[in-house]
Amino acid sequence: MSPDSGTIWIVIIGLGIGTYLIRFSFLGLIGGRPLPEWLLHHLRYVAVGVLPALITPLVIWPHATGGQPEPSRLLAALAVLVVGVWSNNVIGAIAAGMATLYGVQFIIGSM
Amino acid sequence: MEFSTTMSNTHRTFWRGFLDCSPFILVVAPFGLLFGVAAAETGLDLIQTMSMTILVIAGAAQFTALALIDDHTPTFIVILVSLVVNLRMAMYSAALVPHLGKAPLKTRMLASYFMVDQTFAVSIRQYEHTPQWPIKEKLAYYFGAATSICPFWYGFSLLGALIGKAIPESYALDFAIPICFISLVAPMLRSLPHLAAALVSITMALLLAWMPYNLWLLVAAVAAMMAGARTELWLKERQT
Repeated sequence: MSPDSGTIWIVIIGLGIGTYLIRFSFLGLIGGRPLPEWLLHHLRYVAVGVLPALITPLVIWPHATGGQPEPSRLLAALAVLVVGVWSNNVIGAIAAGMATLYGVQFIIGSM
Repeated sequence: MEFSTTMSNTHRTFWRGFLDCSPFILVVAPFGLLFGVAAAETGLDLIQTMSMTILVIAGAAQFTALALIDDHTPTFIVILVSLVVNLRMAMYSAALVPHLGKAPLKTRMLASYFMVDQTFAVSIRQYEHTPQWPIKEKLAYYFGAATSICPFWYGFSLLGALIGKAIPESYALDFAIPICFISLVAPMLRSLPHLAAALVSITMALLLAWMPYNLWLLVAAVAAMMAGARTELWLKERQT
């Protein structure tokens, strides 16, 4: 079931080199030339553009349940989101999510 | 005499950077731990997990790669999408040029390696307060910040990888990845353009899920970035 080792090494090395080149780009090579304004505007939303799209299917159709929506995972995701937005606290949000995940699983398990 | 005062100044600045960045240990440590656990869960061995953590040293991209590997995505797409997650660092790199751009090449190469969200955020805030600092002090501050958090990233990834295998399936640790991501994104959603981008991102992911090779991820990301940038412009126009 686990992915083959060659593929993983290609990802590690490709991602390592690519990420380094992104970091080195301006500081190392391009120097003081400023980025165009429109590009800066878009780069600001890279994380918030990619990550929600990546997470959504993992939350709704988790692999661990064979792609079936599952209450403890859905509620845990909601808890992380609510606590994260409300408290602006990353660790608190993770703790709330984990507590919800195990709490709901415990309740379902004992029903 | 003058030499020794500069030395002690640089020394002090290094520790100041170290201290200013240290609160982020509380963020980096649990993420590192969860990364190690999630990597073990995905099927990476100890050497692969640590190679990724040391070579890539970028949590969000590492989690992205894991999620996509686990989803049997073609290798090329795994690398491409994870790199898109790291594109924000081009912005960091550009923003550091006015402060560190005059350093020797070797130093800039090293500084590039340690360019993570936390070192960047702490350093650029400091440089804006003290733009007159000589480059030596700016570098000392930067590397002080890196020294305080990066070892924790490596160490806790290692710890996670070591204990990950020992944690039974019933703990649902597959869900560590979504939980980490949501906790990273949630605080951003307090600004309207970010919220707009996130909503477009989610909607596109659901609508385009039929696309092969997880290509929907790239389409959704580009559309969401445009939505964020548009909303920002629209808000600015409304203000004037």
